[in-house]
Amino acid sequence: MEASVLHFFEWLWGPYWSTLWAWFKPVWPLIWVIMKIVAILVPLLLGVAYMTYAERKILGFMHVRIGPNRVGPLGLLQPIADGLKLFFKEVILPTKADPALYFMAPALAMAPAVAVWAVVPFFDGVVLANLDAGVLFLLAVSSLGVYGVIIAGWASNSKYPFLGSIRSAAQMVSYEVAMGLALVCVLMVSNSLNLTDIVHAQGRGIFADWGVGALSWNWLPLWPVFLVYLISGVAETNRAPFDVVEGESEIVAGHMVEYSGMAFAMFFLAEYANMILVAAMVTVFFLGGWLSPVGFLPDGLPWMLAKMSLMLFLFLWLRATFPRYRYDQIMRLGWKVFVPVCLIWIPVVGVWMMSPFNIWE
Amino acid sequence: MDLKTIIFYVFAALLIFAALRVITARNPVHAALYLVLAFFNAGGLWLTLQAEFLAITLVMVYVGAVMVLFLFVIMMLDIDIKRLRQGFWRNMPLAATLGVLMVAEMALVLSTDYFGPVAFPGTKMGADYSNTRELGRLLFTDYVYPFELASIILLVAIIAAVVLTLRRRKDVKHLDPVQQVAVKHSDRLRVLQMPAEKEGE
Repeated sequence: MEASVLHFFEWLWGPYWSTLWAWFKPVWPLIWVIMKIVAILVPLLLGVAYMTYAERKILGFMHVRIGPNRVGPLGLLQPIADGLKLFFKEVILPTKADPALYFMAPALAMAPAVAVWAVVPFFDGVVLANLDAGVLFLLAVSSLGVYGVIIAGWASNSKYPFLGSIRSAAQMVSYEVAMGLALVCVLMVSNSLNLTDIVHAQGRGIFADWGVGALSWNWLPLWPVFLVYLISGVAETNRAPFDVVEGESEIVAGHMVEYSGMAFAMFFLAEYANMILVAAMVTVFFLGGWLSPVGFLPDGLPWMLAKMSLMLFLFLWLRATFPRYRYDQIMRLGWKVFVPVCLIWIPVVGVWMMSPFNIWE
Repeated sequence: MDLKTIIFYVFAALLIFAALRVITARNPVHAALYLVLAFFNAGGLWLTLQAEFLAITLVMVYVGAVMVLFLFVIMMLDIDIKRLRQGFWRNMPLAATLGVLMVAEMALVLSTDYFGPVAFPGTKMGADYSNTRELGRLLFTDYVYPFELASIILLVAIIAAVVLTLRRRKDVKHLDPVQQVAVKHSDRLRVLQMPAEKEGE
Protein backbone atom coordinates (compact mmCIF):
# COMPACT_ATOMS: atom_id res chain seq x y z
CA MET A 1 0.00 0.00 0.00
CA GLU A 2 2.66 2.48 1.10
CA ALA A 3 4.93 1.47 -1.78
CA SER A 4 2.21 1.91 -4.40
CA VAL A 5 1.32 5.37 -3.05
CA LEU A 6 4.99 6.35 -3.26
CA HIS A 7 5.10 4.96 -6.78
CA PHE A 8 2.09 7.08 -7.73
CA PHE A 9 3.80 10.22 -6.43
CA GLU A 10 6.92 9.34 -8.36
CA TRP A 11 4.85 9.08 -11.55
CA LEU A 12 3.04 12.34 -10.67
CA TRP A 13 6.15 14.46 -10.15
CA GLY A 14 8.31 12.83 -12.80
CA PRO A 15 11.85 14.21 -12.95
CA TYR A 16 11.41 16.44 -9.87
CA TRP A 17 10.70 13.44 -7.68
CA SER A 18 14.24 12.69 -6.54
CA THR A 19 14.77 16.28 -5.28
CA LEU A 20 11.38 16.30 -3.59
CA TRP A 21 11.97 12.92 -1.99
CA ALA A 22 15.27 14.10 -0.52
CA TRP A 23 13.34 16.84 1.26
CA PHE A 24 10.34 14.77 2.30
CA LYS A 25 11.99 11.52 3.36
CA PRO A 26 12.48 12.47 7.05
CA VAL A 27 8.84 13.51 7.52
CA TRP A 28 7.35 10.85 5.25
CA PRO A 29 6.09 8.59 8.13
CA LEU A 30 4.20 11.58 9.52
CA ILE A 31 2.70 12.43 6.11
CA TRP A 32 1.75 8.78 5.61
CA VAL A 33 -0.10 8.65 8.96
CA ILE A 34 -1.88 11.91 8.18
CA MET A 35 -2.95 10.51 4.81
CA LYS A 36 -4.37 7.43 6.53
CA ILE A 37 -6.23 9.63 9.03
CA VAL A 38 -7.75 11.63 6.19
CA ALA A 39 -8.71 8.40 4.44
CA ILE A 40 -10.68 7.39 7.55
CA LEU A 41 -12.11 10.78 8.53
CA VAL A 42 -13.43 11.96 5.16
CA PRO A 43 -15.70 8.92 4.62
CA LEU A 44 -16.69 9.14 8.31
CA LEU A 45 -17.77 12.78 8.08
CA LEU A 46 -19.57 12.12 4.79
CA GLY A 47 -21.26 9.19 6.50
CA VAL A 48 -22.27 11.47 9.37
CA ALA A 49 -23.72 14.03 6.96
CA TYR A 50 -25.71 11.41 5.04
CA MET A 51 -26.74 9.69 8.28
CA THR A 52 -28.86 12.77 9.03
CA TYR A 53 -30.38 12.48 5.56
CA ALA A 54 -30.99 8.75 6.00
CA GLU A 55 -32.58 9.37 9.37
CA ARG A 56 -35.04 11.91 7.99
CA LYS A 57 -35.88 9.77 4.96
CA ILE A 58 -36.34 6.56 6.93
CA LEU A 59 -38.34 8.25 9.69
CA GLY A 60 -40.43 9.82 6.92
CA PHE A 61 -41.01 6.41 5.38
CA MET A 62 -42.06 4.98 8.74
CA HIS A 63 -44.39 7.91 9.39
CA VAL A 64 -45.80 7.62 5.83
CA ARG A 65 -44.36 11.03 4.91
CA ILE A 66 -41.98 11.93 2.08
CA GLY A 67 -39.11 13.48 4.04
CA PRO A 68 -36.63 15.97 2.55
CA ASN A 69 -37.09 16.15 -1.22
CA ARG A 70 -36.48 19.81 -2.20
CA VAL A 71 -32.68 20.24 -2.36
CA GLY A 72 -31.20 18.26 -5.22
CA PRO A 73 -32.58 15.03 -6.70
CA LEU A 74 -34.47 13.06 -4.00
CA GLY A 75 -33.27 15.72 -1.54
CA LEU A 76 -29.75 14.30 -1.69
CA LEU A 77 -28.09 17.70 -1.25
CA GLN A 78 -30.05 18.44 1.93
CA PRO A 79 -27.16 17.70 4.37
CA ILE A 80 -24.90 20.06 2.42
CA ALA A 81 -27.51 22.80 2.52
CA ASP A 82 -27.95 22.27 6.27
CA GLY A 83 -24.20 22.38 6.82
CA LEU A 84 -23.84 25.63 4.84
CA LYS A 85 -26.68 27.20 6.76
CA LEU A 86 -25.13 26.29 10.11
CA PHE A 87 -21.74 27.62 9.00
CA PHE A 88 -23.12 31.08 8.31
CA LYS A 89 -25.17 31.38 11.49
CA GLU A 90 -23.96 33.54 14.32
CA VAL A 91 -22.44 31.76 17.31
CA ILE A 92 -23.94 33.33 20.42
CA LEU A 93 -22.24 33.51 23.81
CA PRO A 94 -24.63 33.91 26.73
CA THR A 95 -23.67 36.83 29.02
CA LYS A 96 -23.21 34.76 32.16
CA ALA A 97 -21.51 31.83 30.44
CA ASP A 98 -17.96 30.69 31.11
CA PRO A 99 -16.43 31.67 27.74
CA ALA A 100 -13.42 29.34 27.60
CA LEU A 101 -15.32 26.24 28.65
CA TYR A 102 -18.36 27.22 26.59
CA PHE A 103 -16.34 27.11 23.38
CA MET A 104 -14.25 24.14 24.46
CA ALA A 105 -17.28 21.90 25.03
CA PRO A 106 -18.23 21.23 21.38
CA ALA A 107 -14.61 20.36 20.59
CA LEU A 108 -14.49 18.07 23.63
CA ALA A 109 -17.61 16.30 22.38
CA MET A 110 -16.25 15.94 18.85
CA ALA A 111 -12.63 14.95 19.54
CA PRO A 112 -13.24 11.58 21.27
CA ALA A 113 -15.91 10.70 18.71
CA VAL A 114 -13.32 10.83 15.91
CA ALA A 115 -10.25 9.76 17.92
CA VAL A 116 -11.77 6.36 18.68
CA TRP A 117 -11.70 5.48 14.97
CA ALA A 118 -7.94 5.02 15.26
CA VAL A 119 -8.43 1.46 16.51
CA VAL A 120 -11.45 0.37 14.45
CA PRO A 121 -10.40 -2.36 12.00
CA PHE A 122 -12.13 -2.22 8.61
CA PHE A 123 -10.45 -5.23 7.12
CA ASP A 124 -7.58 -7.55 7.96
CA GLY A 125 -4.74 -5.10 8.60
CA VAL A 126 -6.68 -2.04 7.45
CA VAL A 127 -6.57 -0.16 10.74
CA LEU A 128 -4.77 3.03 11.70
CA ALA A 129 -3.32 1.68 14.98
CA ASN A 130 -3.43 -2.06 15.58
CA LEU A 131 -3.27 -1.62 19.36
CA ASP A 132 -2.74 -4.62 21.57
CA ALA A 133 -5.11 -3.10 24.13
CA GLY A 134 -7.57 -1.86 21.51
CA VAL A 135 -10.69 -2.62 23.53
CA LEU A 136 -9.34 -0.67 26.50
CA PHE A 137 -8.45 2.30 24.30
CA LEU A 138 -11.94 2.19 22.86
CA LEU A 139 -13.62 2.14 26.28
CA ALA A 140 -11.31 4.85 27.63
CA VAL A 141 -11.68 7.29 24.77
CA SER A 142 -15.38 6.77 24.21
CA SER A 143 -15.98 7.42 27.91
CA LEU A 144 -14.49 10.89 27.44
CA GLY A 145 -17.35 11.97 25.21
CA VAL A 146 -19.45 12.75 28.27
CA TYR A 147 -17.18 15.69 29.14
CA GLY A 148 -18.39 17.66 26.15
CA VAL A 149 -21.98 17.31 27.33
CA ILE A 150 -21.26 18.02 31.01
CA ILE A 151 -19.07 21.05 30.32
CA ALA A 152 -21.54 22.42 27.77
CA GLY A 153 -24.34 22.17 30.30
CA TRP A 154 -22.38 23.78 33.10
CA ALA A 155 -20.65 26.50 31.06
CA SER A 156 -23.95 27.69 29.56
CA ASN A 157 -25.02 28.80 33.05
CA SER A 158 -28.64 28.10 32.29
CA LYS A 159 -31.26 25.78 33.78
CA TYR A 160 -32.16 23.35 31.01
CA PRO A 161 -28.60 22.75 29.81
CA PHE A 162 -27.59 22.08 33.39
CA LEU A 163 -30.38 19.54 33.90
CA GLY A 164 -29.38 17.89 30.63
CA SER A 165 -25.75 17.62 31.62
CA ILE A 166 -26.57 16.17 35.03
CA ARG A 167 -28.82 13.60 33.40
CA SER A 168 -26.21 12.65 30.84
CA ALA A 169 -23.47 12.27 33.47
CA ALA A 170 -25.59 9.80 35.43
CA GLN A 171 -26.79 7.94 32.35
CA MET A 172 -23.41 7.53 30.66
CA VAL A 173 -21.63 6.36 33.80
CA SER A 174 -24.38 3.81 34.45
CA TYR A 175 -24.41 2.31 30.98
CA GLU A 176 -20.63 2.22 30.68
CA VAL A 177 -20.63 -0.32 33.51
CA ALA A 178 -23.00 -2.61 31.62
CA MET A 179 -21.06 -2.12 28.38
CA GLY A 180 -17.74 -2.93 30.02
CA LEU A 181 -19.12 -6.07 31.67
CA ALA A 182 -20.66 -7.18 28.35
CA LEU A 183 -17.28 -6.82 26.69
CA VAL A 184 -15.66 -8.99 29.39
CA CYS A 185 -17.56 -11.98 27.93
CA VAL A 186 -16.31 -11.14 24.43
CA LEU A 187 -12.74 -10.87 25.72
CA MET A 188 -13.04 -14.22 27.48
CA VAL A 189 -14.12 -16.12 24.39
CA SER A 190 -11.72 -14.41 21.98
CA ASN A 191 -8.77 -14.42 24.39
CA SER A 192 -7.51 -11.03 23.21
CA LEU A 193 -7.92 -7.29 23.64
CA ASN A 194 -7.00 -6.66 20.02
CA LEU A 195 -9.98 -5.84 17.80
CA THR A 196 -8.53 -7.60 14.75
CA ASP A 197 -7.95 -10.76 16.80
CA ILE A 198 -11.51 -10.58 18.14
CA VAL A 199 -12.85 -10.64 14.58
CA HIS A 200 -10.53 -13.50 13.63
CA ALA A 201 -11.65 -15.50 16.66
CA GLN A 202 -15.23 -15.32 15.38
CA GLY A 203 -14.23 -16.89 12.07
CA ARG A 204 -13.37 -20.18 13.77
CA GLY A 205 -15.87 -22.79 14.94
CA ILE A 206 -17.96 -25.77 13.91
CA PHE A 207 -20.44 -23.67 11.96
CA ALA A 208 -17.66 -21.82 10.16
CA ASP A 209 -16.27 -25.20 9.06
CA TRP A 210 -19.72 -26.15 7.77
CA GLY A 211 -19.81 -22.99 5.67
CA VAL A 212 -22.31 -20.98 7.72
CA GLY A 213 -19.92 -18.61 9.45
CA ALA A 214 -22.77 -16.32 10.55
CA LEU A 215 -23.70 -18.86 13.22
CA SER A 216 -20.22 -18.98 14.74
CA TRP A 217 -20.07 -15.23 15.35
CA ASN A 218 -20.37 -14.06 18.93
CA TRP A 219 -24.00 -12.95 18.70
CA LEU A 220 -25.32 -16.49 18.96
CA PRO A 221 -23.39 -17.98 21.92
CA LEU A 222 -23.37 -14.63 23.72
CA TRP A 223 -26.95 -13.66 22.84
CA PRO A 224 -27.95 -11.98 26.17
CA VAL A 225 -24.68 -10.05 26.25
CA PHE A 226 -25.19 -9.00 22.63
CA LEU A 227 -28.57 -7.51 23.53
CA VAL A 228 -27.12 -5.77 26.58
CA TYR A 229 -24.30 -4.27 24.52
CA LEU A 230 -26.59 -3.15 21.72
CA ILE A 231 -29.08 -1.43 24.04
CA SER A 232 -26.33 0.09 26.18
CA GLY A 233 -24.80 1.41 22.98
CA VAL A 234 -28.04 3.18 22.12
CA ALA A 235 -28.17 4.61 25.65
CA GLU A 236 -24.50 5.66 25.50
CA THR A 237 -25.13 7.72 22.38
CA ASN A 238 -28.19 9.39 23.95
CA ARG A 239 -30.41 8.19 21.13
CA ALA A 240 -34.14 7.60 21.36
CA PRO A 241 -35.66 5.91 23.34
CA PHE A 242 -32.94 6.91 25.85
CA ASP A 243 -32.64 10.56 24.76
CA VAL A 244 -33.71 12.09 28.08
CA VAL A 245 -30.55 14.23 27.92
CA GLU A 246 -32.05 16.30 25.14
CA GLY A 247 -35.70 15.36 25.51
CA GLU A 248 -37.37 18.26 23.75
CA SER A 249 -40.66 17.94 25.59
CA GLU A 250 -38.99 18.17 29.02
CA ILE A 251 -35.78 20.20 28.79
CA VAL A 252 -35.96 21.64 25.25
CA ALA A 253 -32.63 20.34 23.89
CA GLY A 254 -30.66 19.70 27.06
CA HIS A 255 -27.03 20.72 26.92
CA MET A 256 -27.39 22.29 23.47
CA VAL A 257 -30.05 24.90 24.33
CA GLU A 258 -27.70 27.89 24.36
CA TYR A 259 -25.59 26.84 21.39
CA SER A 260 -26.14 28.06 17.86
CA GLY A 261 -24.58 27.77 14.44
CA MET A 262 -21.49 25.59 14.04
CA ALA A 263 -21.03 25.04 17.79
CA PHE A 264 -24.48 23.45 17.83
CA ALA A 265 -23.66 21.44 14.71
CA MET A 266 -20.55 20.03 16.39
CA PHE A 267 -22.69 18.32 19.04
CA PHE A 268 -24.80 16.79 16.32
CA LEU A 269 -21.77 15.62 14.34
CA ALA A 270 -20.36 14.05 17.50
CA GLU A 271 -23.66 12.27 18.23
CA TYR A 272 -23.89 10.80 14.74
CA ALA A 273 -20.20 9.87 14.67
CA ASN A 274 -20.75 8.05 17.97
CA MET A 275 -23.77 6.29 16.50
CA ILE A 276 -21.73 5.04 13.56
CA LEU A 277 -19.01 4.02 16.02
CA VAL A 278 -21.42 1.96 18.12
CA ALA A 279 -22.64 0.28 14.93
CA ALA A 280 -19.02 -0.52 14.00
CA MET A 281 -18.34 -1.84 17.50
CA VAL A 282 -21.38 -4.11 17.56
CA THR A 283 -20.24 -5.38 14.15
CA VAL A 284 -16.69 -6.06 15.33
CA PHE A 285 -17.56 -7.60 18.69
CA PHE A 286 -20.64 -9.64 17.83
CA LEU A 287 -21.32 -9.75 14.10
CA GLY A 288 -17.97 -10.92 12.82
CA GLY A 289 -16.63 -7.64 11.43
CA TRP A 290 -15.61 -8.07 7.79
CA LEU A 291 -16.19 -11.85 7.78
CA SER A 292 -18.58 -13.26 5.24
CA PRO A 293 -21.71 -14.92 6.68
CA VAL A 294 -21.47 -17.85 4.25
CA GLY A 295 -18.47 -19.90 3.22
CA PHE A 296 -18.73 -19.49 -0.56
CA LEU A 297 -18.49 -15.68 -0.57
CA PRO A 298 -15.17 -13.90 0.17
CA ASP A 299 -14.63 -11.77 3.28
CA GLY A 300 -14.30 -8.06 2.72
CA LEU A 301 -14.99 -4.46 3.59
CA PRO A 302 -18.51 -4.51 1.99
CA TRP A 303 -19.64 -7.00 4.66
CA MET A 304 -18.43 -4.67 7.41
CA LEU A 305 -20.24 -1.70 5.87
CA ALA A 306 -23.39 -3.74 5.27
CA LYS A 307 -23.51 -4.90 8.89
CA MET A 308 -22.90 -1.36 10.12
CA SER A 309 -25.71 -0.07 7.91
CA LEU A 310 -28.03 -2.72 9.29
CA MET A 311 -27.24 -1.63 12.84
CA LEU A 312 -27.70 2.06 11.96
CA PHE A 313 -31.06 1.25 10.38
CA LEU A 314 -31.96 -0.53 13.61
CA PHE A 315 -31.15 2.63 15.59
CA LEU A 316 -33.44 4.71 13.38
CA TRP A 317 -36.12 2.04 13.59
CA LEU A 318 -35.90 2.13 17.40
CA ARG A 319 -36.34 5.88 17.34
CA ALA A 320 -39.45 5.63 15.17
CA THR A 321 -40.95 2.82 17.26
CA PHE A 322 -40.44 3.40 20.98
CA PRO A 323 -41.60 6.24 23.20
CA ARG A 324 -38.99 7.89 25.43
CA TYR A 325 -38.05 6.00 28.58
CA ARG A 326 -38.84 7.58 31.92
CA TYR A 327 -35.66 8.56 33.76
CA ASP A 328 -36.02 6.22 36.76
CA GLN A 329 -36.74 3.34 34.38
CA ILE A 330 -33.53 4.06 32.47
CA MET A 331 -31.57 3.83 35.70
CA ARG A 332 -33.41 0.66 36.70
CA LEU A 333 -32.73 -0.97 33.33
CA GLY A 334 -29.03 -0.17 33.49
CA TRP A 335 -28.29 -1.12 37.06
CA LYS A 336 -30.88 -3.73 37.98
CA VAL A 337 -31.31 -5.59 34.69
CA PHE A 338 -28.21 -5.24 32.49
CA VAL A 339 -25.52 -5.42 35.17
CA PRO A 340 -26.95 -8.60 36.75
CA VAL A 341 -27.45 -10.20 33.32
CA CYS A 342 -23.78 -9.60 32.51
CA LEU A 343 -22.61 -10.69 35.96
CA ILE A 344 -24.48 -13.99 35.54
CA TRP A 345 -23.36 -14.57 31.96
CA ILE A 346 -19.65 -14.10 32.79
CA PRO A 347 -19.50 -17.20 35.10
CA VAL A 348 -21.75 -19.11 32.68
CA VAL A 349 -19.27 -18.47 29.86
CA GLY A 350 -16.40 -19.29 32.22
CA VAL A 351 -17.86 -22.67 33.15
CA TRP A 352 -18.76 -23.29 29.50
CA MET A 353 -15.18 -22.64 28.43
CA MET A 354 -13.84 -25.04 31.07
CA SER A 355 -16.36 -27.78 30.23
CA PRO A 356 -15.94 -30.37 27.43
CA PHE A 357 -18.56 -28.45 25.40
CA ASN A 358 -16.18 -25.54 24.86
CA ILE A 359 -16.76 -24.21 21.33
CA TRP A 360 -13.98 -21.60 21.38
CA GLU A 361 -10.95 -23.88 21.25
CA MET B 1 18.01 14.65 23.61
CA ASP B 2 15.91 12.04 21.85
CA LEU B 3 12.21 12.28 21.10
CA LYS B 4 11.22 10.24 24.14
CA THR B 5 12.96 12.64 26.51
CA ILE B 6 11.29 15.64 24.86
CA ILE B 7 7.89 13.95 25.20
CA PHE B 8 8.65 13.19 28.83
CA TYR B 9 9.46 16.83 29.58
CA VAL B 10 6.34 18.07 27.78
CA PHE B 11 4.11 15.70 29.73
CA ALA B 12 5.90 16.39 33.01
CA ALA B 13 5.69 20.18 32.58
CA LEU B 14 1.99 19.99 31.72
CA LEU B 15 1.40 17.65 34.65
CA ILE B 16 3.02 20.03 37.13
CA PHE B 17 1.19 23.02 35.64
CA ALA B 18 -2.16 21.20 35.85
CA ALA B 19 -1.48 20.04 39.40
CA LEU B 20 -0.65 23.60 40.47
CA ARG B 21 -3.81 24.90 38.84
CA VAL B 22 -5.87 22.27 40.68
CA ILE B 23 -5.01 23.94 43.99
CA THR B 24 -4.87 27.55 42.77
CA ALA B 25 -7.94 27.71 40.50
CA ARG B 26 -10.69 29.75 42.16
CA ASN B 27 -13.57 27.92 40.61
CA PRO B 28 -13.91 24.32 41.87
CA VAL B 29 -15.18 23.15 38.46
CA HIS B 30 -12.06 24.54 36.79
CA ALA B 31 -9.95 22.85 39.46
CA ALA B 32 -11.65 19.50 38.74
CA LEU B 33 -11.04 19.92 35.00
CA TYR B 34 -7.36 20.68 35.64
CA LEU B 35 -7.24 17.47 37.65
CA VAL B 36 -8.55 15.69 34.54
CA LEU B 37 -5.68 17.25 32.56
CA ALA B 38 -3.24 16.07 35.23
CA PHE B 39 -4.55 12.49 34.96
CA PHE B 40 -4.14 12.63 31.19
CA ASN B 41 -0.52 13.69 31.43
CA ALA B 42 0.21 11.05 34.07
CA GLY B 43 -1.27 8.52 31.62
CA GLY B 44 1.00 9.88 28.92
CA LEU B 45 4.04 9.46 31.17
CA TRP B 46 3.08 5.85 31.80
CA LEU B 47 2.76 5.27 28.06
CA THR B 48 6.38 6.36 27.60
CA LEU B 49 7.30 3.69 30.18
CA GLN B 50 5.57 1.02 28.01
CA ALA B 51 2.89 0.56 30.66
CA GLU B 52 -0.02 0.99 28.27
CA PHE B 53 -2.47 -0.98 30.41
CA LEU B 54 -1.96 1.28 33.42
CA ALA B 55 -2.12 4.41 31.25
CA ILE B 56 -5.37 3.48 29.53
CA THR B 57 -6.91 2.23 32.77
CA LEU B 58 -6.01 5.50 34.48
CA VAL B 59 -7.85 7.43 31.79
CA MET B 60 -10.77 5.00 31.74
CA VAL B 61 -11.34 4.78 35.50
CA TYR B 62 -10.32 8.20 36.78
CA VAL B 63 -11.14 10.43 33.84
CA GLY B 64 -14.03 8.43 32.42
CA ALA B 65 -15.84 7.60 35.63
CA VAL B 66 -14.47 9.07 38.87
CA MET B 67 -14.01 12.64 37.66
CA VAL B 68 -17.41 12.61 35.94
CA LEU B 69 -18.99 11.82 39.29
CA PHE B 70 -16.78 14.45 40.97
CA LEU B 71 -18.00 17.06 38.50
CA PHE B 72 -21.55 15.81 38.98
CA VAL B 73 -21.30 16.60 42.70
CA ILE B 74 -19.29 19.82 42.42
CA MET B 75 -21.67 21.28 39.86
CA MET B 76 -24.66 20.60 42.09
CA LEU B 77 -23.12 22.28 45.14
CA ASP B 78 -23.86 25.92 45.71
CA ILE B 79 -20.30 26.96 46.44
CA ASP B 80 -19.56 30.30 48.05
CA ILE B 81 -15.97 30.96 47.04
CA LYS B 82 -15.52 33.79 49.56
CA ARG B 83 -16.45 31.57 52.47
CA LEU B 84 -14.10 28.83 51.22
CA ARG B 85 -11.18 31.23 51.37
CA GLN B 86 -11.86 32.30 54.96
CA GLY B 87 -9.32 31.11 57.51
CA PHE B 88 -6.70 30.45 54.83
CA TRP B 89 -3.90 32.19 56.74
CA ARG B 90 -4.99 30.70 60.06
CA ASN B 91 -4.60 27.13 58.75
CA MET B 92 -1.57 27.94 56.63
CA PRO B 93 1.20 27.06 59.18
CA LEU B 94 -0.22 23.62 59.93
CA ALA B 95 -0.75 22.84 56.24
CA ALA B 96 2.73 24.04 55.31
CA THR B 97 4.30 21.89 58.04
CA LEU B 98 2.42 18.82 56.84
CA GLY B 99 3.36 19.53 53.24
CA VAL B 100 7.05 19.94 54.02
CA LEU B 101 6.97 16.74 56.08
CA MET B 102 5.42 14.78 53.22
CA VAL B 103 7.92 16.12 50.69
CA ALA B 104 10.77 15.28 53.05
CA GLU B 105 9.49 11.74 53.55
CA MET B 106 9.11 11.19 49.84
CA ALA B 107 12.58 12.57 49.21
CA LEU B 108 14.02 10.25 51.87
CA VAL B 109 12.34 7.19 50.40
CA LEU B 110 12.92 7.97 46.73
CA SER B 111 16.55 9.00 47.10
CA THR B 112 17.58 5.62 48.53
CA ASP B 113 19.20 2.94 46.43
CA TYR B 114 15.93 1.00 46.19
CA PHE B 115 14.44 3.61 43.87
CA GLY B 116 17.54 4.90 42.11
CA PRO B 117 18.27 4.47 38.42
CA VAL B 118 20.43 1.49 39.36
CA ALA B 119 17.47 -0.41 40.84
CA PHE B 120 15.26 0.46 37.86
CA PRO B 121 17.46 0.47 34.79
CA GLY B 122 14.40 0.58 32.55
CA THR B 123 13.91 -2.49 30.39
CA LYS B 124 13.21 -2.22 26.68
CA MET B 125 10.56 -4.70 25.66
CA GLY B 126 10.04 -6.04 22.16
CA ALA B 127 7.17 -4.98 19.93
CA ASP B 128 5.22 -8.16 20.65
CA TYR B 129 5.38 -7.67 24.42
CA SER B 130 1.92 -7.14 25.84
CA ASN B 131 1.83 -5.30 29.13
CA THR B 132 -1.85 -6.20 29.54
CA ARG B 133 -1.34 -9.93 29.10
CA GLU B 134 1.64 -9.91 31.45
CA LEU B 135 -0.25 -8.05 34.19
CA GLY B 136 -3.24 -10.38 33.84
CA ARG B 137 -1.05 -13.45 34.05
CA LEU B 138 0.69 -12.19 37.20
CA LEU B 139 -2.55 -11.10 38.86
CA PHE B 140 -4.26 -14.45 38.36
CA THR B 141 -1.27 -16.70 39.15
CA ASP B 142 1.40 -15.32 41.48
CA TYR B 143 -0.73 -12.67 43.14
CA VAL B 144 -4.10 -14.41 43.09
CA TYR B 145 -4.61 -14.34 46.89
CA PRO B 146 -3.82 -10.62 47.35
CA PHE B 147 -6.00 -9.95 44.31
CA GLU B 148 -8.95 -11.90 45.76
CA LEU B 149 -8.46 -10.23 49.16
CA ALA B 150 -8.49 -6.80 47.56
CA SER B 151 -11.68 -7.62 45.67
CA ILE B 152 -13.37 -8.82 48.87
CA ILE B 153 -12.37 -5.61 50.65
CA LEU B 154 -13.83 -3.60 47.77
CA LEU B 155 -17.02 -5.66 47.86
CA VAL B 156 -17.37 -5.01 51.60
CA ALA B 157 -16.83 -1.31 50.95
CA ILE B 158 -19.55 -1.29 48.28
CA ILE B 159 -22.02 -3.05 50.57
CA ALA B 160 -21.13 -0.71 53.43
CA ALA B 161 -21.69 2.33 51.23
CA VAL B 162 -25.05 1.00 50.07
CA VAL B 163 -26.16 0.16 53.62
CA LEU B 164 -25.05 3.54 54.98
CA THR B 165 -27.04 5.47 52.38
CA LEU B 166 -30.05 3.15 52.26
CA ARG B 167 -33.01 4.83 53.87
CA ARG B 168 -36.66 4.72 53.10
CA ARG B 169 -38.54 7.94 53.52
CA LYS B 170 -42.09 7.42 54.64
CA ASP B 171 -43.52 10.68 53.28
CA VAL B 172 -42.64 10.11 49.63
CA LYS B 173 -45.15 8.67 47.23
CA HIS B 174 -43.10 5.84 45.87
CA LEU B 175 -43.32 4.21 42.47
CA ASP B 176 -42.35 0.61 42.09
CA PRO B 177 -41.11 0.15 38.50
CA VAL B 178 -41.22 -3.64 38.84
CA GLN B 179 -44.98 -3.55 39.42
CA GLN B 180 -45.40 -0.96 36.69
CA VAL B 181 -43.56 -3.01 34.14
CA ALA B 182 -45.44 -6.17 35.12
CA VAL B 183 -48.85 -4.63 34.47
CA LYS B 184 -50.90 -6.38 31.80
CA HIS B 185 -53.54 -4.71 29.75
CA SER B 186 -56.17 -7.00 31.23
CA ASP B 187 -55.53 -5.39 34.66
CA ARG B 188 -56.36 -1.95 33.41
CA LEU B 189 -58.70 -2.37 30.51
CA ARG B 190 -61.86 -4.42 30.10
CA VAL B 191 -63.20 -4.92 26.60
CA LEU B 192 -66.97 -5.21 26.56
CA GLN B 193 -68.83 -7.02 23.83
CA MET B 194 -72.04 -5.28 22.96
CA PRO B 195 -74.19 -5.12 19.86
CA ALA B 196 -73.60 -2.12 17.66
CA GLU B 197 -77.30 -1.38 17.32
CA LYS B 198 -80.25 -1.70 19.64
CA GLU B 199 -82.05 -4.96 19.13
CA GLY B 200 -85.49 -4.98 17.60
CA GLU B 201 -85.34 -1.68 15.73
